[in-house]
Amino acid sequence: MDSDLSPQDKKDLDKFIKFFALKTVQVIVQARLGEKICTRSSSSPTGSDWFNLAIKDIPEVTHEAKKALAGQLPGIGRSMCVEISLKTSEGDSMELETWCLEMNEKCDKDIKVSYTVYNRLSVLLKSLLAITRVTPAYKLSRKQGHDYVILYRIYFGEVQLSGLGEGFQTVRVGVVGTPVGTVTLSCAYRTNLAFMSNRQFERSAPIMGIIVDHFVDPPCSSQRPANMGQPCNYRAPDEEDGGPFAGVQDSQEVCTTSFSTSPPSQVGHTHLLSYQPPALAGAADLCHPAANPNQVRHQSVYFTFRQIVETHQYRQYHWLILNVSVLLYFIPLSSGDDDGLSQSGEGRRDEGRRSVSPSDPVESLNAFTRKVGAFVNKPSTQVTASLDLPFAAFAPRGLDSEENDPMVQPPDSPPCPSPLQASLHSQGSEGSGQQDDFVMVDFRPAFSKDDLLPMDLGTFYREFQNPPQLASLSLHISSQSMADDLDSLPEKLAVYEKNIDEFDAFVDMLQ
Amino acid sequence: MNCRSEVLEVTVEARQVEEAMLALLHTILLHRSTGKFHYKKEGTYSIGTVGTLDIDCDFIDFTFVRVSSEELDRVIRKAVSEFKDALNNSGSDGMGQISLEFYQKKKSRWPFSDECIPWEVWSIKVNVVNLANEQERQICREKVGEKLGEKVINVVEVINRHEYLPKMPTQSEVDNVFDTSLKDVQPYLYKITYQITDSLGTSVSTTMRRLIKDTLAL
Repeated sequence: MDSDLSPQDKKDLDKFIKFFALKTVQVIVQARLGEKICTRSSSSPTGSDWFNLAIKDIPEVTHEAKKALAGQLPGIGRSMCVEISLKTSEGDSMELETWCLEMNEKCDKDIKVSYTVYNRLSVLLKSLLAITRVTPAYKLSRKQGHDYVILYRIYFGEVQLSGLGEGFQTVRVGVVGTPVGTVTLSCAYRTNLAFMSNRQFERSAPIMGIIVDHFVDPPCSSQRPANMGQPCNYRAPDEEDGGPFAGVQDSQEVCTTSFSTSPPSQVGHTHLLSYQPPALAGAADLCHPAANPNQVRHQSVYFTFRQIVETHQYRQYHWLILNVSVLLYFIPLSSGDDDGLSQSGEGRRDEGRRSVSPSDPVESLNAFTRKVGAFVNKPSTQVTASLDLPFAAFAPRGLDSEENDPMVQPPDSPPCPSPLQASLHSQGSEGSGQQDDFVMVDFRPAFSKDDLLPMDLGTFYREFQNPPQLASLSLHISSQSMADDLDSLPEKLAVYEKNIDEFDAFVDMLQ
Repeated sequence: MNCRSEVLEVTVEARQVEEAMLALLHTILLHRSTGKFHYKKEGTYSIGTVGTLDIDCDFIDFTFVRVSSEELDRVIRKAVSEFKDALNNSGSDGMGQISLEFYQKKKSRWPFSDECIPWEVWSIKVNVVNLANEQERQICREKVGEKLGEKVINVVEVINRHEYLPKMPTQSEVDNVFDTSLKDVQPYLYKITYQITDSLGTSVSTTMRRLIKDTLAL
């Protein structure tokens, strides 16, 4: 078989297959990163784009692929497989699909390696780009984030499809005949995702004696490593700026594609591919932009409230509100803890901050799911639907059933020479027992100067934070307008009845 | 040489026509486009690089890959938009067909014009349905996404049979095989045509021909 192939053709073919395998892995893993891929066309050949396709190389993925290949090439009986699996935040995992690059014995001895095989491998890569967006795992990968992540694993050798469950489907991406065998690329994907939804609900407490990782490790197989794979945002630790994975490892294998328009019968007249040592700048271009450490980790970042609570960012976030806002916010204490109330000035603010950060983030999450005004924590008995609005104080009085609520009728601010000396827990300001849950934050507007002007920003806000109620919002005027509305109701009803056909036609149009 | 002909059929809602056509046409063109050729001395040439772009559909649960070329995208969108308008204007029973034909030019001697010889024709038959409520639309969104996925697999299967492709041309003949008008990519020479079928199942062009024939016969 190989004796018909010239040494140069054999060398070229091996190189094509090797780089085809590496690019295949890149396309598959990048398609499961969870984000849209965009690469630019270039009218001039860059010398580094194998198969004339702009497919960036994530260094870690190349490293994993080379590790799996271990210097071998996909061949007859030696398949390269990329397994894509899903892992939930509870630790459950499930294989979704397995992509296989295989070779069989069927040879095409007449095919020209450096022309036809190369172009067909290019077409096969384009097909792979298209098919990776069609299998069910693509949609799952686009939604990965807090609840689950997508992992990949590369292995070499025998194809293992047992983890895909019953009824898995297979799609063939394409085949390319070569003088040493036919390269086949296919994907087997799971169809039964119901397994995952059932497992998600099996959250009963573990019975004593069962190992927690009982369902995590895959079925044992001599060729199957213990780990489930790398996340599709994987980045090896201790790596900066691409590190040892920068660019193409084999410095001699940058491809400059140059083709001949001579008829195929004149093979050997001009050697068709030349290799150039990579320019360092060019090699850098091969790196996926994820050489920037932050960018590799990028998936959709869902800044759920739970995440905010569970990290110290919550404290920073809350303090940011206090410092730059022009409104007065009430910070709740953590379940009746009074430690934050007593001192004055800076110490008080620090105490308030500490009291805001509860020891149990879940508890604080529960506390904050009840919305009463903004950032207010009230006992459940005092929570009403009408108050479940930020700034409910500015709603018309008719909606408010709790007249003593400080958010509706804020108490008069105590006379104080300087806002800096206002107490967090001043008796004069908190006129009602219901305000025990509220902590007045020492108000320090950002960028304001202290006591240098007759009226600084802080004083201005304190003085005008309790404006008198607008006349139009007073009860007797609103009730008067309601009475007028009721009186005019019969007339309006008569008009509507007259135009009933018009309304019916409108409704029909909408359907 | 016989022209290879493939037919794809899709049933979509009116607002999905444009995206469904773009998805299929771009998928085909992705496989039938190369980088720009740069001819050198001694009869060799190098090829530019083709970039790709993921496009999410708004009215279909589907993402497709197209060539990263705004010029090519504009041309395809214009053709699809004309097809969509023609479908909308044809009446409520929207049925039509859009064809993407790849051809080669064969030079003829003066005074005869160059001959266009198709070597591959993709016909996409579209059947437009009207849906009654939002729930049906949601189901249609998912189902059409799955159907388009199947069509992409069909396209890939045909293309990877590696049947006839024009030979790589010399510099003087490149315009007979490839569309060299774009600055970033080079698709094979192609043209897009469409036909609208009226509710009687006959195409508009057929009806016009019959009318003219009947008029002349009188």
